[in-house]
Amino acid sequence: MADSAIAIAADVRAGRRRARDVLEQHLAQISAREADVHAFNLVTADDARARADEIDDAVSRGDDPGPLAGVPIALKDNLCTRGVATTCSSRILDGWRPPYDATVVERVHDAGAVIVGKTNLDEFAMGSSTENSAFGATRNPYDLSRVPGGSSGGSAAAVAAGFATLALGSDTGGSVRQPASLCGVVGVKPTYGAVSRYGLVAFASSLDQIGPFATSVGDAAQLLEVIAGHDPCDSTSIAEAAPALLADLERGVEGLRVGVVEELTDNEGIQDDVKAAVEAAADALAAAGAKTDRVSVPSTMYGLSAYYLIAPAEASSNLARYDGVRYGLRVDGADISDMNARTRDSGFGVEVKRRIMLGTYALSAGYYDAYYGQAQRVRTLIIREFERAYEQFDVLLAPTAPTVAFELGAKTADPLTMYLNDVCTIPSNLAGHAAMSVPFGSALASDATSGASALPIGVQVLAPARGEPVMFRVARAVEQAAPGGA
Amino acid sequence: MSEGSLTRAEVEHVARLARLALTDDELDALTPELSKILEHAAQVSALDTEGVPPTAHPLPLVNVFRPDVARPGLARDEVLAEAPAAEDGRFRVPRILGEAP
Amino acid sequence: MAATATQTWEIVIGLEVHCELATASKLFCACRNEFGDEPNTNVCPVCLGLPGSLPVLNERAVEYALRVAEALHLDVPEHSIFSRKNYFYPDMPKNYQTSQYDEPITRDGWLDVDGERVGVTRAHLEEDTGKSLHVGGGGRIHDADHSLVDYNRAGVPLLELVSEPDIRPAEQAKRSVEELRATLLAIGVSDVKMEEGSLRVDANVSLRPEGSSEFGTRTEIKNLNSLRSLVRAVEFEVKRQSGLLESGERVVQETRHWDEDGGRTISGRSKEEAHDYRYFPEPDLVPVAPTDEMRTRVRGSMPELPAARRARLIDQWDIKDEDARVLVDVPGLADYAERAVAALTSGTPKDVANWVRQDVLGYLNERGLSPAVLAPEMLAELVGLVADGTISRGQAKDVLTESMADEKWPRDIVEARGLAQVSDTGELGAVVDAVFAREADTVEQYRAATDDKDRKKKRNALMGKVMAELKGKGNPQLVNQLLDERLG
Repeated sequence: MADSAIAIAADVRAGRRRARDVLEQHLAQISAREADVHAFNLVTADDARARADEIDDAVSRGDDPGPLAGVPIALKDNLCTRGVATTCSSRILDGWRPPYDATVVERVHDAGAVIVGKTNLDEFAMGSSTENSAFGATRNPYDLSRVPGGSSGGSAAAVAAGFATLALGSDTGGSVRQPASLCGVVGVKPTYGAVSRYGLVAFASSLDQIGPFATSVGDAAQLLEVIAGHDPCDSTSIAEAAPALLADLERGVEGLRVGVVEELTDNEGIQDDVKAAVEAAADALAAAGAKTDRVSVPSTMYGLSAYYLIAPAEASSNLARYDGVRYGLRVDGADISDMNARTRDSGFGVEVKRRIMLGTYALSAGYYDAYYGQAQRVRTLIIREFERAYEQFDVLLAPTAPTVAFELGAKTADPLTMYLNDVCTIPSNLAGHAAMSVPFGSALASDATSGASALPIGVQVLAPARGEPVMFRVARAVEQAAPGGA
Repeated sequence: MSEGSLTRAEVEHVARLARLALTDDELDALTPELSKILEHAAQVSALDTEGVPPTAHPLPLVNVFRPDVARPGLARDEVLAEAPAAEDGRFRVPRILGEAP
Repeated sequence: MAATATQTWEIVIGLEVHCELATASKLFCACRNEFGDEPNTNVCPVCLGLPGSLPVLNERAVEYALRVAEALHLDVPEHSIFSRKNYFYPDMPKNYQTSQYDEPITRDGWLDVDGERVGVTRAHLEEDTGKSLHVGGGGRIHDADHSLVDYNRAGVPLLELVSEPDIRPAEQAKRSVEELRATLLAIGVSDVKMEEGSLRVDANVSLRPEGSSEFGTRTEIKNLNSLRSLVRAVEFEVKRQSGLLESGERVVQETRHWDEDGGRTISGRSKEEAHDYRYFPEPDLVPVAPTDEMRTRVRGSMPELPAARRARLIDQWDIKDEDARVLVDVPGLADYAERAVAALTSGTPKDVANWVRQDVLGYLNERGLSPAVLAPEMLAELVGLVADGTISRGQAKDVLTESMADEKWPRDIVEARGLAQVSDTGELGAVVDAVFAREADTVEQYRAATDDKDRKKKRNALMGKVMAELKGKGNPQLVNQLLDERLG
């Protein structure tokens, strides 16, 4: 899609374009393709029009609506929007309307963005394909028989299909970066604590971060500048204001040290084309003046195991509140416990139940130390190894997803097969570091039928905590070197 | 019992702790699935973590406080409007059988 | 010690006390911390546990915990964290309670109770739950048709204090709670009203053979709404357990509920499996690392603790232990007495203490009033009037009652009622002389009396005549003095 968020905002603020016109273009695109893609749980067209009109009125009064003036944005349906249904793609919250806005929702609104709708996700953000939604899967705009990735598949697809210029998702084990990779857009997981989690329906509290989707690195930087920064409502939020990212974006990579993570790139599960893309990106950075090399971070191989103990454990506790008492679905029972149990069994999908069970077990008496406790210690080992790696390198490179988009239903038979999609993204969540996916070429799927088109590949740039400025610089350079370039 | 594998009885117990009224079919399906996932996750035990502290928070923050100032909250109507059942300004629930722990 | 026919048992009691902290707002959100408001009017996304909500710790709750640490000689570790205690119950919006588990904010202290140390294992912060009303079945949980939940109390800050099993007889348990209550009140962290639930006490009771060093199986008793219930419940439980043990049966480790009307403990645990709380560190809150600056500030703001105040009053006012304890225990009473003492123009602090301990306290207890409703300066004036001889002690009792009830100055009451005693020795002397003249016979009988009894009788008769002449307003001490002088 042509229009960048930065260009739209500049035009709208200057009165060269009307926010309402920009919106109608995007609503038309939604009308044309949403039935096929199913990116949204809810399109909020009326509210969007009212907001776009407000923006235009402000501009004609001589007011400045903000750096995202008139930019259409889609929000993952696990972000609380006041008075607007927030379902987390689950039956248990079907119809629930929060009485408050998430902090990021307030910030994008105050920056002048126009919210077009709530996007589909894997239920409660648990999944890598958006097939776990209670309201039907989202399809990859590049190939409707394939998944967009997950859990923020709806947001990634919305941007890829031109339904919105920007989107927000959440990333706990890769849920922004992996769908970004599969849909050929930019997706960022900020440093843990960089963006407030207040109003993000919690999945795994020590891993969750809200992150931007955009069609360009520059747009992603702009959106991150708007949403990041200290929030007194979130005790785990970094004390400082949002980092400045746009200013240094075009500085180039001369002298920067880039390490390709061996264990993730050479992993046998990685599709050859994906590996080749990572190598090509490294070569391009070298050509642009960076010093590149390989680096070993062995404990990343244990990231998946540690994650599948920590995330479900925290989730089992975070999801205990869904019990039919105060909001959402209630299935009646003989007494309160019966009502709770029936409501939860009825309201939760199978993947959510799996993870609640896994997490409850990992925390239970007699098992805590061997499972949850050990996983948290392994987490420390991963952090230490990353710290050592960052003594020698400024950023790291790796694949984002092991393959290009797979077919709907291809990985649903065995949960473990699905979980392997996150092997490259999980380590950054465990470490609390920053990471982002940049589109870099495309390739045919290994099971492609003749005549099928190539599907997007994403290359992942990893940086230490608070390393967003250098990460974005490198990402910009990767973007410029990408086949079909930008 | 090999490390990581679960019996059906254990799965039933965990389901009770988690307040999930799993059907027999669900229990039959979940037991081998969970065992397999757990076996994979239990690979973490291969690593030597002697003397390694756990990471509960990736960010090294301490002492984040709020001043002790009261502010109005939500309007009761707004809150109860989302309740599955309400009576006399309170949330109505089916009978509670026991005292709180 | 409980002695039965065949065995002497040693009673071991541990107390678990939950104290609601008197902060303006809740522990993790800005909702008002207020008792008695309309249901569900002090709630927000955080204390309702709405999806997406997050907790932020109230700094005053931390300060109060540190004050308690000072008062109870507790250690304050450099690092403490919150943990989630997971279980399902409808009065808990998140179905986990954010509490503290293996790293509490304070630990290992003690409380001085009547000269003995009662160990305090730990004191930690946690959030309170909401409240349920049971509808149908007489309001009791077991026969209810349904329940109604109010979340106003959900999220209110609690300090949970756990004692070592150092307490022996039931009476000492009561004294421990009284001492703790007085201390918490003195340092201003709570209004500690058991009847309002801002102080809740559970007791753990076990028995062991006298001389044994191992602990017996303990039961936990809940629903103790007053100190009297505490004593009665412990005494009942001791009898129940010794009865079981005597007949060779085991005591079951369980939670029991005190039934006030029935005067007994009832087994409370439903047949559910024991709770597995699956504690883990709270990921939404960061650790608390009390700084030296914080602790110094708290130390500097500590008021006088009950034990110190009692000792000071005993020393300065020359009063007995028992009296000092009552003064300091009853909320507001010592403040009232000290302000009265400060306002004295004549009379002693000991006088004040006696009046407060007897008449004032009696008056307040009868009417269920707090000392805060009284004006201490009025008591000071009363004490002065007695010391000056303006009124007798007997008269002063009535004057005080009227002063307290009608908020009138004693001097005004004395004047209005014409109660002032005659204390002028000249005037008194004249009356004595006049009576002696009239009762010359009695005077002679006095002088002629051979035994004390007889002498006393005659003297009393003269005294009576003098007082009658004075219409009861003679200052008795002075009259006696004059009589002694005249009679020789």
